[in-house]
Amino acid sequence: MTGTNATLLKVDGVTKAYPGVVANDTVSFSVEPGEVHALLGENGAGKSTLVKMIYGLVQPDSGQMIWNGAPYQPATPHVARSTGVAMVFQHFSLFEALTVAENVALGMEDPPTMRLLSQRILEVSETYGLPLAPERLVGDLSAGERQRVEIIRCLLQDPKLLIMDEPTSVLTPQEVEILFETLRKLSREGTAILYISHKLEEIRSMCDNATILRLGKVVGDCKPREKSARELAEMMVGQTLHIPSREGNELGEVVIELNDLSVTATSQFGTSLKDVSLSVRAGEVLGIGGVAGNGQDELLAALSGEAQAASAAIRLNGNEIGKLGPNQRRELGLLTAPEERLGHAAAPDMSLTENAVLTGTIRENLTNNGFLKWGDAKDFAERIVKDFDVRTPGPENSARSLSGGNLQKFVIGREVLQRPVALVVNQPTWGVDASAAADIRQALLDLAVGGTAVICISQDLDELMEISDRFAALNEGRLSEPRPTEGLTVDQIGLMMGGAHDMEVSHVEA
Amino acid sequence: MLKLERRASPSTMWTAATPLLAVVLTMLAGGILFSFLGTNPVEAVRTIFWDPIFGEFAFYYRGQLLVKAAPLILIAIGLSLGFRAGIWNIGAEGQYIMGAIFGAGAGLAFFPSESFLIFPMMIILGAFGGWIWAMIPAILKTKFGTNEILVSLMLVYVAEAMLASVSSGLLRNPDGQGFPGSRNFKDFPAAHNNFLIESAGVHWGVITALIAVIFTYILLTRHLLGFHIRLTGESPRAARFGGVNPTRLIVICLGLSGALAGMAGMFEVSGPAGQISIDFNSGYGFTAIIVAFLGRLHPIGILLAGLLMALTYVGGDAAASTLGLPAAAIQLLQGMLLFFLLALDVLSNFRIRTSKTEAA
Repeated sequence: MTGTNATLLKVDGVTKAYPGVVANDTVSFSVEPGEVHALLGENGAGKSTLVKMIYGLVQPDSGQMIWNGAPYQPATPHVARSTGVAMVFQHFSLFEALTVAENVALGMEDPPTMRLLSQRILEVSETYGLPLAPERLVGDLSAGERQRVEIIRCLLQDPKLLIMDEPTSVLTPQEVEILFETLRKLSREGTAILYISHKLEEIRSMCDNATILRLGKVVGDCKPREKSARELAEMMVGQTLHIPSREGNELGEVVIELNDLSVTATSQFGTSLKDVSLSVRAGEVLGIGGVAGNGQDELLAALSGEAQAASAAIRLNGNEIGKLGPNQRRELGLLTAPEERLGHAAAPDMSLTENAVLTGTIRENLTNNGFLKWGDAKDFAERIVKDFDVRTPGPENSARSLSGGNLQKFVIGREVLQRPVALVVNQPTWGVDASAAADIRQALLDLAVGGTAVICISQDLDELMEISDRFAALNEGRLSEPRPTEGLTVDQIGLMMGGAHDMEVSHVEA
Repeated sequence: MLKLERRASPSTMWTAATPLLAVVLTMLAGGILFSFLGTNPVEAVRTIFWDPIFGEFAFYYRGQLLVKAAPLILIAIGLSLGFRAGIWNIGAEGQYIMGAIFGAGAGLAFFPSESFLIFPMMIILGAFGGWIWAMIPAILKTKFGTNEILVSLMLVYVAEAMLASVSSGLLRNPDGQGFPGSRNFKDFPAAHNNFLIESAGVHWGVITALIAVIFTYILLTRHLLGFHIRLTGESPRAARFGGVNPTRLIVICLGLSGALAGMAGMFEVSGPAGQISIDFNSGYGFTAIIVAFLGRLHPIGILLAGLLMALTYVGGDAAASTLGLPAAAIQLLQGMLLFFLLALDVLSNFRIRTSKTEAA
């Protein structure tokens, strides 16, 4: 930091409180032109609130921000945009039924004619190595391409500061590389980038400086290139990390087997499963990676029994179960935990006891002639809470009242405690803090040691590398041939995930 | 500036308090309405809400209360099961009419038998009539994905046309000098739904309604089916994940509400109404929708709401005869009740903040 004049944005002692939680507590940091600055922290550390204040979506309670030496208090995103701040959100705000150019126009203050706009989109996309055809429908684009639409929308405003919120969570490794090239080029041209992530390797390779947040406070600044990923993680979490461990265990017979499983998507932009085949042995963990929206939800639904398949397409211990419903499968020992916690894995306004009944009626024997045994159900819920360290005053509280991480522990714990023969989980540690995530992974590994066949669907490649024996990737509803995890390179994984979705890096001039 | 802020979970206090508040607001708004009609508002509200229970002629009106409340409660209890699961049977009126036609028709076919089996048979056939009428929207919905709201509602008008047809045709009283309408059940003791306790207005329909309340309470709190009904209403996707078969649930809920409405129709036509006639149905099937919501879709709540709604009927009759209020004014009052209740629901799901300061 060379001096006030060179500083683009200075955030000085900013505080923002919501009922019951202080999201940001006297946070200070500064960004210089051309700097790639990381905001690092776990979920709930306050990163999103902080950038929302910079983007004018939220007003700080106290503290000030200084932009190029002048006080900066954006009341709306409109003000922020005209100052030169642009933001790419984690969740895209695009209309699937409109074209790329139409979507870009919708986000502009004063859009030019379509023809002119298409031309400008092409120019920008070529300059920054982000190939994108303006006339394509957004509904047909991959997640990586959709992100480009958002980025180009920002770049057309010629921003001084570009905020990127978890930009790589939906990208393949190859797409991440393309994105990084673009960001580096922008940075060389003097655009500052505020990069939010909890992915440590990315931050180490991409960012010049990092501000680390924990529970709303700045707990450290560092140059990420000079730290190891583990050091960064421990700064972020504030404690020594327990890394899940597993003993090499003997694999048993094949427990669950899919043969050419095909399921037609029910929604328009859903993904149909095409000839998915795999087999998992007792004691084995199969990791299934892939960019979101490539059939993960559909695969889980086909395995849980929510979607019906051909009878012989799914076998559990040799029994054909493709036509069975969820509870019949539970009876045979196939248990599942979907990604969406509220509204799918759990009913938000029902108590934890009732949510324990949701999947536990059969294997935990919670009914008697159709009448519920509420006492036993409560005991089961309490066991989950205790064994999985779910932080809640008691099982009578609603699922909605739990934090995401705690509810996730409950949802996974509910299935793990039912002694599954085979367990399928989708995004088991999504939105969960690092130490709870480690506990969940350990629980999955312990199950495998006990002889359960585990299928873990996840977008977190580090997680899959850590716990799975074999790895396969979903790409547009097809599953790649599973390969042993040991020795897989990032490049190989990226290719299994569909590479860069047939996109090439345009020539990025230096 | 007023600002609405979503509560983390619905407030139990407000959920219980809003029906009472809605009643109070209805009285106020109704009073204003009555004063525009040239009636003393205080007297009108007293005549409708107070006199039937505590007034001079209460001995007569009290009996009427249960007579009016029983069909409302019986129908509303059935509807509440479906409403809880997000299955919207709006056509209880039609099922009520069909139950009456089936039940009464079966009884009249055996005139003038004195067998004690006649009345139980009429109950069963009444339930069947309502059930089969509700199965039409159920099957159309599960097989072809039609909207049960529209189908069940339209079937009300079909049922009304059938009622008009049978009361001047198939079921017309052969000794009635050609007037439309069936034999009066007073003249057919084995099939008459007579009062068991005349002064209190207790007949078999009242007893059945009470049994239905208790049965539904147990179903919803203790039984897996009740759990599945609540789960489906709360979160359809979680319900599917939990192994609930939506088709089965639609058939059960529509079937149960149809059967209960059918029974209510049978009890009404063979007792208080006395005969099948073009207009024996007094819109109970529609009013029961208000009763179900006013009672928060909770069995005990429905019991109380049914009594309250019966009060507006009885009190409305009294007001019509003593104060000359038009009958439509009473329907307006009933409509207002539902309107205020739904509007006040915002209080159980949201908190009102008075300024734009956000407290820590």
